[in-house]
Amino acid sequence: MRPLSAPPRPRAIKDPAPSKWGYRWQRMMLTPGFRIAVRVGTPMILIAVIVGTWTAKPENRALFADHVAQAKAAVQQRPEFMVTDMQVTGADAAIIADVQRVLPVTFPVSSFDLDLEDMRATVAALNAVQEATVRVGEGGALVVEVTPRQPVAIWRAGQTLKLIDANGVFAGVIESRADRRDLPLIAGDGAQTNIDEALALFRAASPIATRVRGLVRMGERRWDMVLDRGQRILLPEEGARAAIDRVIALNDAQDLLKRDVAVVDMRNPARATLRMTTEAANAMRRVSDTGTGE
Amino acid sequence: MRDLYDSQRAMRNMRKAAMQRGVIAILDVGTSKIACLVLRFDGPERFRDSDGIGSLAGQSSFRVIGAATTRSRGVRFGEVDAMQETERAIRTAVQAAQKMANVRVDHVIACFSGARPRSYGLDGAVDIAGGVVTDGDIGRVMAAAEVPDYGADRHVLHAQPVNFALDHRSGMADPRGQIGNQLTTDMHMLTVDATVIQNLFFCIRRCDLELAGLASSAYVAGISSLVEDEQELGSACIDLGGGSTGISVFMKKHMIYADAVRMGGDHVTGDISMGLQVPMATAERIKTFYGGVMATGMDDREMIEIGGDTGDWERDRRTVSRAELIGIMRPRIEEILEEVRVRLDAAGFEYLPSQQIVLTGGASQIPGLDGLAAKILGQQVRLGRPLRVQGLPQAATGPAFSGAVGLTLFAANPQDEWWDFDIPADTYPARSLKRAVKWFKDNW
Repeated sequence: MRPLSAPPRPRAIKDPAPSKWGYRWQRMMLTPGFRIAVRVGTPMILIAVIVGTWTAKPENRALFADHVAQAKAAVQQRPEFMVTDMQVTGADAAIIADVQRVLPVTFPVSSFDLDLEDMRATVAALNAVQEATVRVGEGGALVVEVTPRQPVAIWRAGQTLKLIDANGVFAGVIESRADRRDLPLIAGDGAQTNIDEALALFRAASPIATRVRGLVRMGERRWDMVLDRGQRILLPEEGARAAIDRVIALNDAQDLLKRDVAVVDMRNPARATLRMTTEAANAMRRVSDTGTGE
Repeated sequence: MRDLYDSQRAMRNMRKAAMQRGVIAILDVGTSKIACLVLRFDGPERFRDSDGIGSLAGQSSFRVIGAATTRSRGVRFGEVDAMQETERAIRTAVQAAQKMANVRVDHVIACFSGARPRSYGLDGAVDIAGGVVTDGDIGRVMAAAEVPDYGADRHVLHAQPVNFALDHRSGMADPRGQIGNQLTTDMHMLTVDATVIQNLFFCIRRCDLELAGLASSAYVAGISSLVEDEQELGSACIDLGGGSTGISVFMKKHMIYADAVRMGGDHVTGDISMGLQVPMATAERIKTFYGGVMATGMDDREMIEIGGDTGDWERDRRTVSRAELIGIMRPRIEEILEEVRVRLDAAGFEYLPSQQIVLTGGASQIPGLDGLAAKILGQQVRLGRPLRVQGLPQAATGPAFSGAVGLTLFAANPQDEWWDFDIPADTYPARSLKRAVKWFKDNW
């Protein structure tokens, strides 16, 4: 019997010619510029679209920021980056205590969280510190290298005794004069700004150093040298050094300062003036009365 | 005439631009197949060192990087018959060739065989008064050639100077720089039907391609299949194509005559189809497998199954002897060759010093054709295959591709045509204003 279903018809031979648009597409794809645009541009646009859609939602952005922060913390909290203690070098105990007081770092801390420049500025701002270097050293130590200020004189301001260095900068406080007998004492307004001059005067007065109590700045323009027994040497505004030399020469020749002199006024360089103590003046007056009376 | 001059010149410029870009396509629009080759031009010195091959008369400047063939549709007698179909066939071929070359081509040089080519011999003379022949004189002498009235519906396809004579000295290839009184030239002009060119032009345009040159397929087949001495001494190339048979006569390396017989291999197939009552496809297959023109006693015994799918056993199991097949094919082949003979006689081929006849084209592969052709056309007959060019696939080296291969040579180094020389200015003084405007347009 013949099969009831029709035999499969042989398919018509397909037209081998490309369609007009297929042909154009192929030619387009053979154009180098277009090919590069498709090969590179399409993935880039796709990626941009995906990223853009994802980040359009705020919770996604937050999630991303959270992930970034976690990853950052994971790296920063590694033991290699941890700082565990502080070493202060080049300073005495008082300064070390000060440094530890102004650097309130709670150890351990990651070195990424330390603002070294800020810490250096803080330490350098201490009175007793001239220069400071802060770095993270080996073994997780925060190394603070301190160059302390060298006090050259004591400045009495009211009842407090302050240390000042060669630049006239305040370098600390002492309780009593006895703490730093090696340093000369200065006082008066503007004394700290003329520290060089004061030191030169102290050096000039070295022959009578045992008697010198200190220098007092008078009227912010000239110095008085105060000796023990309440003696004062009033120095001129200019040529103070020469005046000191003259007083020392007088002292060497006539033991001027051992006598009952209250004030040696050298303010007029041409004429040194002495003021005697009251008792000496009275005694002298009596002696002259007696002398004239005889 | 002037339009054609301009359009040919535009095509020549486009060809130069394409060569600058380095890629150009060759399109052989035939009746039975359409072949497309993609050429890459990369300078004459490119392959010389590695290959040890000389310049091959300039052919080594290019390389075939893509080749495709497709069955032609919509073409009859070498002319576009159904434009849509032809366009599709061209697209198929171009796309496949582009795919193989992996490069986009924008310019094509096309050739076709039909369009009733007609040859004219022109001569011109100009007085140069004892001066030196210059480029301008060449242009002038060609402009002085008297152009016959070839009809308004026809276009000049080729117009090549084939000979120059200076006073009594003739046979010069290049008279420039020589001194004489009168310069004369002989030109060969080939005209074809204008509508055919237009149809082909539109077909190619519809494929988004620019036409960068046109050639007669008889001419380019001659370029590729005639060897140098044949071209020099005189020979005829018979391009036996599918729908038409092109004839081109060469002498002194110039084409001096071209014609076409509007019969070809497809007519043989048609005869077989009608004679054996088989479809064209079967007839084509039988022709290619068993065809011949010289019957021997053996052929009476060689039976060919011609098949069929009518369901009628008697009809589907028919056989014919090969002798019968040859009996169908031979008269048609003879007719074609006789017609060629008539054309060659009309052209005065027997007066050439050498009368070599070269058979090429797809139909020249019929076994025994050279023997038959020798009887009709003369003793000096050989079968020709196209020159080998670089990169051509093996499948495209057969005689069927002599037109396409010749077109590659034509693209690489075309002969000087009329329009390659400047028209001397004094031939159109009335247009000087127009020229001034054109000069401004060109330069600004």
